[in-house]
Amino acid sequence: MVDLSVTIGSLKLKTPVLVASGTFGYGPEYADLVDLNQLGAMVVKGIALEPTKGNPTPRTFETASGLLNAIGLPNPGVEGFIEQYLPFLRRYTVPVIVNIWGRSVEEYVAVARRLDAADGVHALEVNVSCPNIKEGSALFGTDLEAFKRVVAGVRAATKLPVIPKLAPNVSDVGAFARAAAETGADGISLINSLPAMAVNVETRRPELANVSGGLTGAAIHPFAVKLVWDAARAVDIPVIGIGGIASAREALEFIIVGASAVAVGTASFTHPPTALEVTAGIADYLERHQLPSVAALRGTLKTN
Amino acid sequence: MYQENANVISQEKVQGGYHVLTLRAPLMVSAVQPGQFVHVRVPHMEESLLRRPFSVYRAEGDQLRILYKGVGKGTRTMTFLQAGDTLDLIGPLGRGFPPLTVGRYPVLVAGGYGMAALYLLARQLPVKGVAFFGGRTAPDILCVPEFEALGWEVQVATEDGSLGESGRVTRLLDDWWATREPKADAVEAYACGPNGMLQAVAERAREHEWTAWVSVDRNMGCGVGACLTCVLKTHTPGGGWTWKRSCTEGPVFESREIVWEEETAPTS
Repeated sequence: MVDLSVTIGSLKLKTPVLVASGTFGYGPEYADLVDLNQLGAMVVKGIALEPTKGNPTPRTFETASGLLNAIGLPNPGVEGFIEQYLPFLRRYTVPVIVNIWGRSVEEYVAVARRLDAADGVHALEVNVSCPNIKEGSALFGTDLEAFKRVVAGVRAATKLPVIPKLAPNVSDVGAFARAAAETGADGISLINSLPAMAVNVETRRPELANVSGGLTGAAIHPFAVKLVWDAARAVDIPVIGIGGIASAREALEFIIVGASAVAVGTASFTHPPTALEVTAGIADYLERHQLPSVAALRGTLKTN
Repeated sequence: MYQENANVISQEKVQGGYHVLTLRAPLMVSAVQPGQFVHVRVPHMEESLLRRPFSVYRAEGDQLRILYKGVGKGTRTMTFLQAGDTLDLIGPLGRGFPPLTVGRYPVLVAGGYGMAALYLLARQLPVKGVAFFGGRTAPDILCVPEFEALGWEVQVATEDGSLGESGRVTRLLDDWWATREPKADAVEAYACGPNGMLQAVAERAREHEWTAWVSVDRNMGCGVGACLTCVLKTHTPGGGWTWKRSCTEGPVFESREIVWEEETAPTS
């Protein structure tokens, strides 16, 4: 029996395979199809201080091996989440990581403080990098000083493990990874969706009402592997690799380049039990390669 | 809600680009309610990350039927499926048509494959009323003998006049309403078809004080309420609005609930 466990700060995960924020709702959506307790962790859709309606439609557009989206982070607000969804999630043993976002440092801090006091939240993922929110949030992901202010603010507001989710569209992702570690983050996750757009050539209109959006899915996987490799070499804190995982192979790539854990995103839409099948595939791989644990595989990329 | 690998029993070309796919899908059949849909992972489309939603046409024994038209990438690929192929389904999904209110007279309004999406409802409703079917041309009129066999009166209109009355289906509906006995039972309408047709039904429902259940057709992502792709604007008490997910809070809505100003203009 191989050891699949992962530790991120005080957070203990039974398996290294999470479901990524925004792709698994708040839990009830997939509970009929997937045993949530078998997931490494459930990262819920982004939560802000106040309820948010999100963008007009169309919100998504299918591209070659990818999905373009500009949902706009609709969410019930932190109080709505605590009332409507946390009681459901508390019935499960799966660790709950709440993705949080805000339009100012103060909003991030307020959400973090409120969730710190809520029963059933196990960690916070700090979303500084959603490309679909115009006010501020994207800036927090690409401006190093603004990024540090948000992470430091959240860090001071909670005892929960803090995991900033890094933006992919920066020239030096290692600098953001180091800034996260130096500011007291327990881990980092990457990548968020890539800024992208598509145009209907007949109408000459963008395919998304928001004009541009973020690309996810298999199309972005090799790009994500490179950024996870860059980030993992820059820091000692655990890295969660995200981007285009549809099978164990893509997850193993992230782990080999240095990720401690991974998250399955868009593939859950295609095939809801993907995360569980990836977990089984990782265990098979470790046995086949006679490795005792997922930790033993981490960062074992051979480059010479 | 289940995920089920269904075997293709047959694929039949019916008319005008429409196909009927018959699947062995006991889990779907065991749970499906009129107006619900299944979310299909179309094989041989590895570049496409999203499933495709299809209304359930018929469900008998362990067999599920889907009636569809090959129009987009997904549905054109579906037309190549053959007996013996396997299809991965999630379903049954969505909130379907509610039962008829006691004392009401049921009216069905459908365009194109919307007719097939009303079949299970037509079979289940305890009162058989009148069905209005419309399409651009004769091959767009489907399932008429099946509805008649269930005891429904079917009236047909085509825009080019090639079958039934010439014009839009809502003209038939208006003519029927104009000559109807004023003391007859209140109408409960059920509609499935193009958005303009649904909006035209909604306008008549508002004007004549009918209850009208309309099944909307939205681009869909996950199908289970997680991705928030398929939302539409709905009224809230107090004059506000909120997004609702057509996959889980629909696809069937009472027509007054929808903010029609946000939809395309009616086609009647």
